[in-house]
Amino acid sequence: MAIKPRTTVLLCSSTGCAASHSKPVYEAMTAELQRRGMENEVRVVTGGCRGFCSMGPVMDIYPGGIFYCRVKPADVAEIVEESLVKGRVIDRLCYKDPVSKKIIPIFEQIPFYARQQRIVLRNCGRINPRRIEEYIAFGGYEALAHALLAMKPEEIIRDVKASGLRGRGGAGYATGRKWESTYKAQGDIKYVVVNGDEGDPGAFMDRSIMEADPHSVLEGLTIGAFTIGAHEGYIYVRDEYPLAVQNLNIALQQAREYGFLGKNILGTGFDFDVKIVRGAGAFVCGESSALMQSLEGKVGEPRPKHVHATDQGLFDRPTCLNNVKTWATIPHIVNNGPEWFRKMGTKGSPGTMVFSLVGKINNTGLVEVPMGITLRDLIYKIGGGLPKGRKFKAVQTGGPSGGCIPAELLDLPVDFDRLAEAGSMMGSGGMVIMDDRTCMVDIARYFLEFLKEESCGKCSPCREGIKRMLEILNRISSGQGEMEDVEMLESLARTVQVASLCGLGKSAPNPVLSTLRYFRAEYEQHITDKFCPAGACRELIAYRIVAEKCKGCMLCIKACPREAVSGTLKQPHTIDQVKCIQCGACFEACRLDAIQVVPKSAVGGNGNGHGAGEAVKEKVA
Amino acid sequence: MPRVTSLEDLHKLRAQVRDEVTQRYDVGTTVVVGMGTCGIAAGARETLLTLNDELAKREMNANVTIDGCIGKCQFEPIVTIHRAGESPVMYGHVTADKVPELVDKLAQGQVIQEWVVT
Repeated sequence: MAIKPRTTVLLCSSTGCAASHSKPVYEAMTAELQRRGMENEVRVVTGGCRGFCSMGPVMDIYPGGIFYCRVKPADVAEIVEESLVKGRVIDRLCYKDPVSKKIIPIFEQIPFYARQQRIVLRNCGRINPRRIEEYIAFGGYEALAHALLAMKPEEIIRDVKASGLRGRGGAGYATGRKWESTYKAQGDIKYVVVNGDEGDPGAFMDRSIMEADPHSVLEGLTIGAFTIGAHEGYIYVRDEYPLAVQNLNIALQQAREYGFLGKNILGTGFDFDVKIVRGAGAFVCGESSALMQSLEGKVGEPRPKHVHATDQGLFDRPTCLNNVKTWATIPHIVNNGPEWFRKMGTKGSPGTMVFSLVGKINNTGLVEVPMGITLRDLIYKIGGGLPKGRKFKAVQTGGPSGGCIPAELLDLPVDFDRLAEAGSMMGSGGMVIMDDRTCMVDIARYFLEFLKEESCGKCSPCREGIKRMLEILNRISSGQGEMEDVEMLESLARTVQVASLCGLGKSAPNPVLSTLRYFRAEYEQHITDKFCPAGACRELIAYRIVAEKCKGCMLCIKACPREAVSGTLKQPHTIDQVKCIQCGACFEACRLDAIQVVPKSAVGGNGNGHGAGEAVKEKVA
Repeated sequence: MPRVTSLEDLHKLRAQVRDEVTQRYDVGTTVVVGMGTCGIAAGARETLLTLNDELAKREMNANVTIDGCIGKCQFEPIVTIHRAGESPVMYGHVTADKVPELVDKLAQGQVIQEWVVT
């Protein structure tokens, strides 16, 4: 029997892959290896997020780096027999490039990974996040040792400033300057805080890092604490992230045992410890001053910022708060130096950025790319384009506080400043990709609905303004809109933008303003034509079958949940407009483009436009 | 668990745990054992396990991997050695009993000419 395992199987066990049932795969794998007496030959490691969530559960086999996607427990016996015993690659489990149809067995060669530059995500999926030893084996805590043993706080601040690192939480404030202010602030008690309150719909960057590489956050945080002179730190993480909380707790425990946290860290006499505080899931608590209120046990509401948190933050003490990704970047800057960091990205936004690609995109997942990459490269080359070859319409960056960027701006380089110029923002890195079936009025409405729920209500511009804007959008999308509404929307949006207390309120109108800026015609179509061309506003549309194109394949009949489509095989089908709920299932099912979205007014009588008045018919044409 | 109190401690600890993760990156030397049906029939599995043991015994930094049949079935068990910057060397008829010698020569950076399959 071998003393040392000859092969390592890494199985993703983060939230994404766990949702696609990676645990049964793990169990099947260990059972199969045991059955064959190979348990000492093969080491099975539960790793963190690889980022390729749409392909989960994913598995890597080392040495070599064979990458298997969508592994099911039923595949395990074959994997052991073919790949672990015989060294063959199982083609059907490999990633298949959707464009070239080529099978790509090696992880690094898949375009999704090959075009990334993984710095912060370097360890994600490569190590078992629950074993500090693996983090150390890959060079972990080297930066902490270097900082504590060989650097002065001023030198660390100088390096962080020189690196040009900007806060990865969204606003992009210079991290070095923030550290310097906290360092210089008066007071013997200071705090460092990790903002892990990731609240944007469709964003999961921070979660994945806390789950897959918790020690990188702790290491950065401890370096920060040493720099500014803090002895207590807090990690504020959402309670909806149970695995992140669990892995962070394990990481804290292990770091304390090895002496990377607690009293007399690395024998230097520096004391520092960290508490994890679970947030209840209020979006506003991602705002720094509200987060600190919440940490103090108060209602999470922002406060005016004429006094900075770096002077009076948590418990009115100087506080340095940074995003998860910012903290996780610090060890790399300490290890490699500011010049190395500056070589990546753009002049104003050096380094890399982690994005979560979601929405209508083939490669849903987490990616890390240098700043300044164009949206086109990000969406098409790494993201693999839109499913079913659909047309790209817009991308929402920065979550509810960001904006929609249209197809004309696909070549826009992504960095803090350029996104802001385009009326959106970097945010924490969520990217929702939308196709031509997405209605921009509906999207603005969706985000306002979210923000209305999440507004804390402290200041009236945000509390009332968002509500009124939402009412207008509801009117427009139900066909009750007037042209004056658009002006009213704009004026309300400008007011909320200027007069709100916190960043959440100030940026809340962004979805409305950016869609108005780039998709004004679509708003006008909703108002004047009472029609939603994307087919999302159900009250304005109807579906109709074009008899000439319909071959009578009955796919739409099977797809309809309301039995509204009827017809016989090889005869054009019809839709009963009374039964139809405009869900679009038939439209999605049809392979011949025989189903059309038409204004509701265009259909009457028997549902195929035959009973509609002449005037309406003209409008359709 | 011993507390890490200096840079030396950290480096010592890293050296101890390094072994666990070396398979996950390229260490410069990879030894490939042919594990097609022909290889297994000729005793490649025993070769593989012995190879792994011998490398571990000598604390050599090399990864062991396997591949399928390459068509030279009469030479099985076949072991191919890939070293960074050198062209791969393919040895034939490497049964388990020959493995210690192979690993010795590998450690010395030598090639056993008479075993080479051309």
